Amino acid sequence: MPEPFDTPQAIAPAGGGAQALAATDTQALRGAPAPTPVVPAGRRGPGRPAGRAAAPRGLWSDAWRDLRRNPVFLVSALVIVFLVLIAIWPELITDGNPYRGDLSKAQDGPAPGHPFGYDLQGRDVYTRTVYGARASIAVGICATAGAALLGSVLGGLAGYYGGWWDALLSRIADVFFGIPILLGGLVFLSVVTSGSVWPVVGFIVLLGWPQISRIARGAVLTAKRHDYVQAARALGASDTRTLLRHIAPNAVAPVIVVATIALGTYIALEATLSFLGVGLKPPTVSWGIDISSASTQIRNAPHMLLWPAGALSITVLAFIMLGDAVRDALDPKLR
Amino acid sequence: MGRHALRRLLQMIPVFLGTTFLIFFMVYALGDPVAALFGDRAPDPATAARIRKDLYLDEPLWRQYAHYMGQVFSGHFGTAFDGRPVTDLMADAFPVTLRLTLVAVLFEVALGLTLGVATGLRRGRGLDTSVLLLTLVVVSVPTFVSGSVLQYVIGVKWGWTTPSVAPDAPLGQLVLPGVVLGLVSLAYTTRLTRTSIVENARADYVRTAVAKGLPRRRVIVRHLLRNSLIPVVTFLGTDIGALMGGAIVTERIFNIHGVGYQLYQGILRQNSPTVVGFVTILVIVFLLANLLVDLLYAVLDPRIRYA
Amino acid sequence: MSCAEEQPAVPRLLDVRDLRVEFRTRDGVTEAVSGVSYGVDAGRTLAVLGESGSGKSVTAQAIMGILDSPPAFVTGGRILFQGRDLLELGEEERRRVRGARMAMIFQDALSALNPVVSVGAQLAEMYEVHQGLSRRAARARAVELMDRVRIPAAKERAGDYPHQFSGGMRQRIMIAMALALEPDLIIADEPTTALDVTVQAQVMDLLAELRREYDMGLILITHDLGVVADVADTIVVMYAGRIVETAPVRDLYRRPAHPYTRGLLDSVPRLDGDRGRELYAIKGLPPGPADLPPGCPFTPRCPRAQDICRTERPPLYEVAYGDAAYGDAPAKRTSACHFWKDELDARDAIAAP
Repeated sequence: MPEPFDTPQAIAPAGGGAQALAATDTQALRGAPAPTPVVPAGRRGPGRPAGRAAAPRGLWSDAWRDLRRNPVFLVSALVIVFLVLIAIWPELITDGNPYRGDLSKAQDGPAPGHPFGYDLQGRDVYTRTVYGARASIAVGICATAGAALLGSVLGGLAGYYGGWWDALLSRIADVFFGIPILLGGLVFLSVVTSGSVWPVVGFIVLLGWPQISRIARGAVLTAKRHDYVQAARALGASDTRTLLRHIAPNAVAPVIVVATIALGTYIALEATLSFLGVGLKPPTVSWGIDISSASTQIRNAPHMLLWPAGALSITVLAFIMLGDAVRDALDPKLR
Repeated sequence: MGRHALRRLLQMIPVFLGTTFLIFFMVYALGDPVAALFGDRAPDPATAARIRKDLYLDEPLWRQYAHYMGQVFSGHFGTAFDGRPVTDLMADAFPVTLRLTLVAVLFEVALGLTLGVATGLRRGRGLDTSVLLLTLVVVSVPTFVSGSVLQYVIGVKWGWTTPSVAPDAPLGQLVLPGVVLGLVSLAYTTRLTRTSIVENARADYVRTAVAKGLPRRRVIVRHLLRNSLIPVVTFLGTDIGALMGGAIVTERIFNIHGVGYQLYQGILRQNSPTVVGFVTILVIVFLLANLLVDLLYAVLDPRIRYA
Repeated sequence: MSCAEEQPAVPRLLDVRDLRVEFRTRDGVTEAVSGVSYGVDAGRTLAVLGESGSGKSVTAQAIMGILDSPPAFVTGGRILFQGRDLLELGEEERRRVRGARMAMIFQDALSALNPVVSVGAQLAEMYEVHQGLSRRAARARAVELMDRVRIPAAKERAGDYPHQFSGGMRQRIMIAMALALEPDLIIADEPTTALDVTVQAQVMDLLAELRREYDMGLILITHDLGVVADVADTIVVMYAGRIVETAPVRDLYRRPAHPYTRGLLDSVPRLDGDRGRELYAIKGLPPGPADLPPGCPFTPRCPRAQDICRTERPPLYEVAYGDAAYGDAPAKRTSACHFWKDELDARDAIAAP
């Protein structure tokens, strides 16, 4: 089952529809002995030599050349750069204060200087939408980094060494896969009182790493079978050297692909949890929170919902499209 | 086949125990179920101690868990915040969510397979590209956004259906929520079907079928589809379990009194028996769905069956 | 091309004339088959020899009408099958010919058979679709068919799936599938390449035997000269999408008229005769369809190459040859080499294997 985006296990439909990371991995419960990685490691285009040094470099430079010419990649990358910039410096495009409200203007529509109108507390929706990027991007990037790091290290080691460590890790991953992610989020985060991003990040890492570890494990298993890796080991290369020099470069591509797509879904997940009232909490400014309060007022003031919801959707879309483009570039066979 | 099923069933047991223990741990160890019983009032120490004893809360966590599991397997899930047995709540909630899930799955299967097959067979054409783009957009709009918007547009503005669902949740009122619930999965089903069709269309056995002089329809239905749908069917199977758990957002938006609603109430009121009970059942449903898929997979693909 | 044959009174079983196939991809258009003409009569075997990429399989797929289009398109020529030009038939008429009147055996039976349908059902399907037999009757015929290709316990094994058979047995099932409707022509595309050497001979013998029995025409596509010698009547050698030599099998083995053919013959290890002889290898690689030299496509690898070879593409010369000394009737031969005469006379005949 190749093609990360299209295989259910590759992506977390975190918006609450299908049940996330955990759920949809059939491979997990089938317990297939040698699961196919979502993107087979170090896939080379036809005719490209499988030389050991040439392989990763060729793959990456080819991928980069493809990406630069891909409009989907360029557009999504631009959107993401913009989002990251305003997440760090929201003052760049707004001089308003996301917390200051004027109750007399509650739910008012667009006005000069306030193109998106006002929310229930008379706060400027534009300013809040701009400031909301920070929480979403922070959660997305931190959670993905954490899950990718933890998952690829654990999964990579399990794939490389195999044996009881692999068996134990796979069972632990199965347990985490067994928890539908939204339910887990509700239960876990409802006992946390802090409304900051860190409990949310921690929770996503906790339930997100098994997905990455499964990909990494499969990729390492595939890479391990390559002749040049066998040769390196036979020639007495140490485990560390073999892993870092020969296996990691080949195994990292599928992890990057899945992680990029996961980033988008993590952002959606954070917003969903915030919407349910257990993720981020005020005073943190979050699209999820704003959408939640706007959804009860949708009849009177649809603009309150429209802007944060649009911003959220575009952000998620940008990351998913980026992941899609990166996958296409790293996996030429699938085009 | 029988042994295969049995082995899978046995493999599920540690996963079930691990998952339920994790949930149990989160609720009982991280929260304080006794304090929650009293709400905002400070609990009378004597009463609190008695409740602790009744609930085995003064014992080590693993014994509490063992006790709880013992109760679960004899059908006692404890009492909800309003004094009703949790099993009563379940009897009310599960049929509703099941119906909602059914609508979602039907929607997802009917439309997803059609779109997936249509685009897979016409790869690279206009329809294909636009459907692919659309699936990306659908995946990117979180359910709570699409749910709120569709509820507003279809339920309120156009008035085609009731914006919220009556407590007895008649099937007619569940159509819109079902569509909302199945929307993201629809995108996955479409893409998965398409990918699978595209991959298999190039397979040698399809060429053989053409060389045999079979009509195009038969080549597609009997040879191409039969192989391509294996991964899709397995996805759909797991998705049923996943949708039931994920219905919480949809149920919240449309005020459907299903599993998600009860669970949400349980969490709001910090009623541990409700939360742990419902989640335990959902985990069982989820695992069973996976087992079912596993067996179905073996039925559909003879290479697995005899492996 | 100069394969000037006058129309025989009785149409040949298959007569391919000046066939052209193009691949149209994003990177450009390349011609995979450039004016190929060959034919086969009922009861005869034509071997098509060539390296991978020589266009031999593409030609066969064009004849069967199973080219993957896109990217492959037939752009010219005629495919006369029993006197009818298949390229002028509608898709539905074409379909009725496929499988029923001409059938194909593929190289790798494991991937060519549907993995999730039992072999019995895959065979029975031929009768259900083409002859409208009931499922039960078709199934009975399928079992007979499996018996026919000597699959042990055919009745019991008809419900099994392809992966449960050995490679040789799977290839027998492929053969059975091709034979099902007793077609007039069978195209076998490397039928034994994927098999163990010991099984290869069995499968080849079976194929030859069945061909005799049903008096079919057989086109045997292969890169393996050893397979050809025993079964073929005529050999067509293809190189870079073109025919470079056509000859009756014995003549070709004795005195090839193209340096490429000689290279192929000399690169086969032999147990008899000249033990000390070094095994010959044609140097270089065949050109891809995109980078064909302007003259003879074999020039860069040819030991005989002259200036004219680099500039002028040789037509398919008729080779005047029929050596009474060997007791042969003069046979029609062609060679696409400017120096076919020199090649013919170059060495004395190599003993036929």
